[in-house]
Amino acid sequence: MQAIWTLIKRELSAQFNSVVAYIVVILFLLITGGMFFLDFFEGIQELSLRRFFGDAPFFLAFFAPAMSMSVFSEEKRAGTLELLMTMPVSDLQIVIGKFIGVVLLLAVVLLFTLPYPITLYFLGDLDWGPVIGGYLGLLFLGAAYLSVGVMVSSWTKNQIVAILLAFFLCFVLFIIDRLLGVQSGNTATILETMSANYHFRSISRGVIDLRDLVYYVSVMVICLAAARTSLAARRW
Amino acid sequence: MTNASIAVRDLTKAYGDIVALDHLSFEIQPGEIVGFLGPNGAGKSTSMKLLTCFLAANSGEAKVAGFDVYKESNEVRKRVGYLAETNPLYEDMIVLDYLHFVAQIRRIPRPKRRTRIEEVADQCGIRHVLHRDIKHLSKGYKQRVGLAQAILHSPEVLILDEPTSGLDPNQIIEIRDLIKELGSEKTVILSTHILQEVTAVCDRILIIDKGKLVADGSIKDLAHKLQRPQILKLIVNLTDVSTQTVRRELKAIRGVTKASGSGGTFDIVAKHNIEVATHIYELMVSRGWVLRELSRREPTLEDVFRGFTGGVAPEDAIIDPDDAFDPPTIETPKQNPPQKGELDDDEEDNEEEDDEEEEDDGTEEDQ
Repeated sequence: MQAIWTLIKRELSAQFNSVVAYIVVILFLLITGGMFFLDFFEGIQELSLRRFFGDAPFFLAFFAPAMSMSVFSEEKRAGTLELLMTMPVSDLQIVIGKFIGVVLLLAVVLLFTLPYPITLYFLGDLDWGPVIGGYLGLLFLGAAYLSVGVMVSSWTKNQIVAILLAFFLCFVLFIIDRLLGVQSGNTATILETMSANYHFRSISRGVIDLRDLVYYVSVMVICLAAARTSLAARRW
Repeated sequence: MTNASIAVRDLTKAYGDIVALDHLSFEIQPGEIVGFLGPNGAGKSTSMKLLTCFLAANSGEAKVAGFDVYKESNEVRKRVGYLAETNPLYEDMIVLDYLHFVAQIRRIPRPKRRTRIEEVADQCGIRHVLHRDIKHLSKGYKQRVGLAQAILHSPEVLILDEPTSGLDPNQIIEIRDLIKELGSEKTVILSTHILQEVTAVCDRILIIDKGKLVADGSIKDLAHKLQRPQILKLIVNLTDVSTQTVRRELKAIRGVTKASGSGGTFDIVAKHNIEVATHIYELMVSRGWVLRELSRREPTLEDVFRGFTGGVAPEDAIIDPDDAFDPPTIETPKQNPPQKGELDDDEEDNEEEDDEEEEDDGTEEDQ
């Protein structure tokens, strides 16, 4: 546990020592802030963050891979993975430490968007249910995207490859229910349950359903296990 | 077998079709400083990566500090300090933070961390750069930070992959002294392709070539095994005698296979098992020639190295008196102007001696 905490701190310090983290934070805030204010003046009679929560999952599919692209790729490129992997920590600890590190970075980003609901709160009677649900949903959705990114990052030492591939996978995950154009039937249901956005929609309505959480957690477990396997693969 | 610090048996590792290690076996006892020598691509780094649990072997087994590197990897990692060939460091950190990170991950208890880091920083001579960014350090300092990282947790076994590569002569000497100092209480295994390094630091040498162990022993043992001819250097005052006469007389001595040189300086090659120095001295005395210098050159590691790794096959090294041909590399006098030049900047006196023994391109071999 102590080892994981050390790794989390290291990952956070690496993120904040690199310019990428700041660019990601700033751009994400600019874009979502822009969306928020557009909506703010258009639908002023309606006091909700629906638009923000509607768009954020899409933008997260871009930004999460940018946060996670470096976690293993950079270590592989610089050779520091050799350092880490000869220290008395297990592969799983390394993966989890790095994953929690980037999730905390995401949490910081989301924290910076809190002024949006707070502004609305002062303007009138804001329904906090969907807001809390929305943030929880964003955190889980983002963490699922990040786990995809961590997995991809463990495959390559090229950060560009990592971000592009992770973005592609996140986007597929995001849009899979609409991708194939199946409107009804079992296939549609299956695709829907595989879609990150579908589960996000139900959480952001303020309904926290165990099935949605199970979905996100399974994505994370699968991706992190894959990342661990890819680290362990050098010992085969 | 049980109390060996490092025990490797039949270790084999292939990268695809390329066999990096081919049934490598050796043992290292606690407290030994062992030099791992071989040409590039011989499998030095690979075997170190296996010993530090970074890679796993295809077959065979390796034990470090009594634990299996595969099955008890965590126990091994706790007891091993490793400086990888590329000296990977988190360049975005300052030295102190980096060492703190290593100390944490190495589970050095919090109250001891500070003092231990200072201790190691002093040992490695990096105390005054503790607050600098690692990325702004010179290569020599980075190497020292890497070494500090490796010894921070006082490991039983220290595995150093080319610890002096890329350093200037002063730094090389400092790092070697440090390694020697550390070696008094730890098992050290260091790889290098710089020959004088092993001569300067190691008790024992393992030469590997194409993934196989080709030689194992002290420099003396190995030279002996190769049965290199003796090489002597003679300087005489040539006032009333010609070079030819001296050469002829020298060649007449039993065991001498070759005498060359001019201007009073001669290189003599003699069979390895016959005492010739006394006879040369007696010759000088009996003729009344003034002897200014008579010295024996110990076979250098490069002689040994070439003999074992295929530069010259060991069989060829045994000189047949009838056919006393010797490869020119061996009889070339050890003169190397460029390196001498480098040493002029050097304050270390002992370096002069070290380098007399050193082979032509010892430091340039670095790639």
